[in-house]
Amino acid sequence: MIGAVDSKVAIRVRNVSRDFQAGQNTIRVLHDIDIDVQSGELTYLVGESGSGKTTLISIIAGILWPTIGEVHVFGQDIYALDDTELVKFRLANIGFIFQQYNLIPTIDAASNAAVPLMARGMKRSEAREIACDMLEKLNIADQAGKLPSTLSGGQQQRVAIARALVHGPRLVVCDEPTAALDARSGRRVMDLLREVAVAENRSVIIVTHDNRIFDLADRILTLDDGRITRDGTNLSQEG
Amino acid sequence: MNWIAIRMLTGDRTKFYGLVFGIAFSTLLIAQQMTILVNLVQRGANAVYNEYSADVWVMDPVTRTPEVNFAMPETALDEVRSVPGVAWAVPHLRSAASVRSADGDLEGVAIVGVDDTTLIGLPHKMVYGTASVLAEPDAVIIDDVGAGRMFGVGVNPVGQRLEMNDQRAIIRGVVDATPTFTSQVFLYTRYSRALSYVPGTRNRLSFVLARAQDGVTPEVLAKRIADQTGWKTRTRDEFAYDGIMFVIANTGIPFNFGITVALGFIVGVAIVGLTFSLFIRDNIKQFGALKAIGVTNRKIAGMVATQAAIVGSIGYAFGILGSVVFIYWFEKIKPEFKGFYSPWQIPLICLIPVIIILAMTGWLALRSVMKTEPAEVFR
Repeated sequence: MIGAVDSKVAIRVRNVSRDFQAGQNTIRVLHDIDIDVQSGELTYLVGESGSGKTTLISIIAGILWPTIGEVHVFGQDIYALDDTELVKFRLANIGFIFQQYNLIPTIDAASNAAVPLMARGMKRSEAREIACDMLEKLNIADQAGKLPSTLSGGQQQRVAIARALVHGPRLVVCDEPTAALDARSGRRVMDLLREVAVAENRSVIIVTHDNRIFDLADRILTLDDGRITRDGTNLSQEG
Repeated sequence: MNWIAIRMLTGDRTKFYGLVFGIAFSTLLIAQQMTILVNLVQRGANAVYNEYSADVWVMDPVTRTPEVNFAMPETALDEVRSVPGVAWAVPHLRSAASVRSADGDLEGVAIVGVDDTTLIGLPHKMVYGTASVLAEPDAVIIDDVGAGRMFGVGVNPVGQRLEMNDQRAIIRGVVDATPTFTSQVFLYTRYSRALSYVPGTRNRLSFVLARAQDGVTPEVLAKRIADQTGWKTRTRDEFAYDGIMFVIANTGIPFNFGITVALGFIVGVAIVGLTFSLFIRDNIKQFGALKAIGVTNRKIAGMVATQAAIVGSIGYAFGILGSVVFIYWFEKIKPEFKGFYSPWQIPLICLIPVIIILAMTGWLALRSVMKTEPAEVFR
């Protein structure tokens, strides 16, 4: 799969390495990563803590510059863009789901879900309307007017998913989406994500080490010490 | 996005109130102290403005203010009257004296001798009695704030007997006058009577007050009198300004008030800076998430600026309102504050430190947001 060239490739990562400075020392946390992710795929990035999976997903999402290497997202070399263009690219093409949700605590669920639309300059009322439709798809339309603090963890996660999908991004990146949920809620969220986010012209990458949901992945990339050490789908059975 | 910024700000009530309080307190302190300073300093001009019918004040060249004067010979009056363009010129005496009240108390007062015939030199508005009571024997008119100080607020002093320079004086009226910088008790009497209340020296004419004829400006007349007589002349506004500058140059008031204004600024920076930093720190994850999602730094800066502007506007409004209410209220209940007002320039001047406080603290807060890498939200 690595190195393949075809029109269905959503993400192409080539020779990506990333160094971090720790005092006088330079530590390389990613080593010459080469991956291709296909459209319509639900891909997991798994590995031990410190294996580099968060660094890799940050680089793929366009929020952390690689030290060397190229990242193409739907054909666009994202690190060839300048800062402003990259921000605009993210807003147009990438949806984020964070482990801690990072919802704004002082605005209601619908407004939280509408943030990417408002960031594009859409009127609040219009953006909320679209966000409410998305919340309805996620079966929490009745919670639209509530503040995040009044929602359960699963409901907050759904609002975060709605926020990630409301503007129709082609790539959705998720960081440990089930870490704060019990097994049942976690599976439900993943089913939902697969149902809503995975489509022909979209791609979803999830960083996780929650082996309860490994069976839902189309593909699992295992990182170890900054290198892709395994590329498969049956990790749960193997692990 | 500004709506989100406002909700983020107002959602955390404690910090929001803290920020508003910081700006309001700072504005109140700065505005109130500056207002008192301006009003106190302006009292250096009040002796001149209490008598507003004279265009030109004529005096000895060493005289600096109405209170700091050096007497001229009586002939100066005729010299001034002989200058072309003078409509009228009257003698005016201002001198310090000690007065003993009926119950034996001693008080330092200012004696003001006004023209015997026209009573020019006497403030125009009376609280008790009429100006004509000065025609009565030993009659003096006391200023209202001085009356309160000598006899108690609300007590009518008319009929009270005083002793000055072994002479009897009877208070026959109370005049409405704005206190001067020294807040002395003022006793107004006829010029001829005033001469007997102040110790006998050869020269006792403090000023000659002159009015310009129609078609002659005060400036032209002042120059003409000075050229022809050799006496120092000041127009009313010039002499009022001299009084203000004398207070500024010869008292520690501007320095002391300046320190308080500076403290107000520092307190504002401290409270607002600290609270704003806490607010931003509490929301740094949300700002990071917004940056990751694709909100530009420019929009984030706009959000922080909106938050600063809202806090600033509300706090500033409360601060100025508090200052105006303070001055208005004290002017009503404290005689020492009589004539105090809130100059319209003070709120405008106060805007400058408020903007600086918000710009400084907002910039510091924004810096931490800008430094936040969007990737940090994944850590």
